[in-house]
Parts: sequence; structure tokens; C-alpha cells
Amino acid sequence: MKTEFITLTAPDLILASLLVLALIGLVVRLQLGLGQTLSIAAVRTTVQLLLVGLILEAVFNRARLSWILLIALVMMVVAAWEILARQKRKLRAKWGFSISAFALFVSSFMITVLTLLMVIEADPWYMPQYAIPLLGMLLGNTMNGIALGMDRLVQTAWQQRAVIEQRLMLGQKDSEAIRDIARDSMRAGMIPIINAMAAAGVVSLPGMMTGQILAGSPPVEAVKYQILIMFLVTAGTGFAVIMVLQLITRRMFDSRERLRFDRLLKVPR
Amino acid sequence: MLRLEDLQIPGIETINLTIAPGECIGLSGESGSGKTRLLRAIADMDEHGGQVYEENVAQDDVRAHEWRRRVALLAAESHWWLDTVGEHFSAHAEHIEALGFAQDVMSWSISRCSSGEKQRLSILRMLANCPRVLLLDEPTANLDAANSERVERLVLDYIVEHNAIAIWVGHDAAQLSRVAHHRYQVSDGSFTKVVHP
Repeated sequence: MKTEFITLTAPDLILASLLVLALIGLVVRLQLGLGQTLSIAAVRTTVQLLLVGLILEAVFNRARLSWILLIALVMMVVAAWEILARQKRKLRAKWGFSISAFALFVSSFMITVLTLLMVIEADPWYMPQYAIPLLGMLLGNTMNGIALGMDRLVQTAWQQRAVIEQRLMLGQKDSEAIRDIARDSMRAGMIPIINAMAAAGVVSLPGMMTGQILAGSPPVEAVKYQILIMFLVTAGTGFAVIMVLQLITRRMFDSRERLRFDRLLKVPR
Repeated sequence: MLRLEDLQIPGIETINLTIAPGECIGLSGESGSGKTRLLRAIADMDEHGGQVYEENVAQDDVRAHEWRRRVALLAAESHWWLDTVGEHFSAHAEHIEALGFAQDVMSWSISRCSSGEKQRLSILRMLANCPRVLLLDEPTANLDAANSERVERLVLDYIVEHNAIAIWVGHDAAQLSRVAHHRYQVSDGSFTKVVHP
């Protein structure tokens, strides 16, 4: 009972762009200082999405594993960079990038592969129509979670370094001295995705499900996919956040349980 | 006994020093001369060269947090991270009256304590760990004369009673001559014994 979906034409998109142009006009009049940023962002989204559409169409026509792995690699590298770029206190780049990329690989990438092999079972298993959107959704959410948790941990620990040292001086273990801050940060990294699960369907219709319905899928089929995605994204984000924050807290102290921000950040000693 | 063996801290000459049980050492020097860094090295809070022994146990022989329970550092400024005073104590606090508090002080809210009260409470908090060595960084800087005297008496009583050791960093020469058995000073990178005037 597959219904044909309605394709969009260029005039349709131009009509929608008039709305953005109107907003740009208003923003400039109100002197919000956003006119240029908004214009550039609108152009970027058009160009980037068109490009990615072309690439995906090319890949979808020739489902070669090597191509898909290459795209997955590029996506993971960009996500790892994005995590670092969102930090208010800049981590040592090489190290920060390595742990971010490692966490994205063992959570997002592994979960995607397992899902493709054991749940979706397409033929071939790496069919790009499934593999790339799935990985994209996992990476996007995991990236957000890691970036939030990492920022919270490093910022709070830096602000409270005197308290952490006080606790060390009183003979607490390093893991004990940082425990409260680490827990708070893990929570901060996971709360958005937990909230998204709780509000799904009642407050918001998740984007993926909306897209499938717009493309003509029966709602219940779209919902089943959405539930699958929600579970995968939550698990992937949660494991990655816990892993990254544990690696950072361990790095924050040396073998003599001294607080060593110089191992983490570029700080004047 | 506390023994500093070839202790190396940036900006200060190599230090060799042995302190006998029951002794209090006075340490003075201009601010920025490295007194605090010396205490931090002994507590193993900073990287340093050389070795420190407490009763023939070397720093590196025990886990760092165990070392800091034996060799306690009282920083010039104390920090508190929970709501009430008592939550910060690892064991039942003793000597509460000796520093001029009533027993209910443990239920006080941290936000209501003055800086002088926090300084005295941080001494009680340190002593609750029963340390063998007390490294005191200007322990009476925020206190009036009466409370300074209480702290002096408590520290001296403690090291006699437990056969412990104290290193007392301060600027007040009269106070140091009251509490210290021997005095040293750090200036221009040299660590020297002060011969009594």
C-alpha cells in the first residue's frame, strides 16, 4: 500500500526561501547583528545539502562497501572535530580528538554495524539507504552528548580546582575528589536524549519519523523505526559520554594523584 | 621522624633536612620565596625531585592519598564543598572546645562561617585524620590574638601527645619563636637555618 510521495520543485523551495528572506529583512531592521550570519547559514544549508544529496545519490546507485566506509570515516572525523570546537576551554587537540574519535567509533559506529547486521538485515547489509542515515543520527546525537558532558566536566573542574586540591590534601583518592563533578557532567551529557525520549510523540514528532511519513510511509511503520532509532541513539550516547568522561577524569590526575590540568589543557603554569 | 633527602623544588637550592618526632620547625621568608611550594612538595601535591621519608616510609612507597593522610597540608585558604561543617570530617572531631567552639559547631552551615572560623575549623578537620606530620601554611593569618594562641597551644599539645611533627610557616617572628624548636628561612633561593638572635 505504498503511496506515491509528492516531489518538490524549485519554485516550491523558492517560496519557502522567501520566508527566510523576510526574516532576514526584519532582523536587519531590528539591528540584531544577525543578518549576515543568517544569510550565510541559509546559503550553507542549501549548498551543503545539495552536495550531500548528489553524493548520496551516486553512492546509492553503486553500493560499494569501500565507499560507504570512506563516508563513515569522514563523518566520524568531522564529528570529533566538532566536539572539540564546541569546548569553551580548549583541550589539547591531539589527545581530545583521539578520545572523541575513539568514543564515536566504539559507540556510534559499532552500534550502527550491529544494527545493520542483526536488526535491519538488508541485502547487502551495508545498503547505503540504511547505513548512512543510521550512522548520521547516532553520530549527531552522540556528538552533542559528548560535547556537552566534556564542556561541563572541564569547565567545572577548572573553576573548582581549589576544592579538588583541598579534597586531595585531606587524603581523598583522586577518583573521590572528582566524583561529584564527574557525575554531574555525565548527567548533563545524557539529559537531552533522555528528555527527547520522554517528550517524543507528545510534545514533538521526531524528525526522522516526520520525514518518513512525508515520504509516504504508513505512520506505524515510521513509528517502529523511530523507536529503534531512539533506543540506539540513547544507548550510543550514554555509553560514549560515560567512556569519554572517565578517560578525561583519569587524564586529569597523574600517578601521584595530583591535579594536572597541564595534561588536559594548554594552561600557563 | 621526617627526612627530606635531596628535595628539589624549582627556584630553591636542594634541601636535606631531618626533623625529630615531637618537634615543630618554624619557616619564614618573603612571599613568593617558595615556602608554600616546599610544603606542597612534602605533601606530594606538586612534582619535585628527591625523596621524603616519614618514619622510614618513602613517599613513593605508599599511594599518594595515604601519604597525605599521614603528612597533612593545611593550605593558607581552606575550601569547603558541602553544606554543613560536619559533613567535611572523615572522623569524629576532637579538640572542638580547644579552638573555642561549642559541640554544635558540626551542624553549622558553611555559608555562615567567617573566614577566621573556617581557618580554625580547617585545623580540626585536618586533625580528624590523625596525621603524623602537620604542614601549616600561615595557620593563624586570619585570627585574632586569643584564637592564634589557642591554635598555637593545640598544635603544640598535638605534636607532644602524638609524637608528631609540625612545619609552621609564618611571618610573625615572635610567634615562630614561641612555637618552633628550630627555625629556617627561605630567601633568594637559599634554605638556611636561623641561628637564634
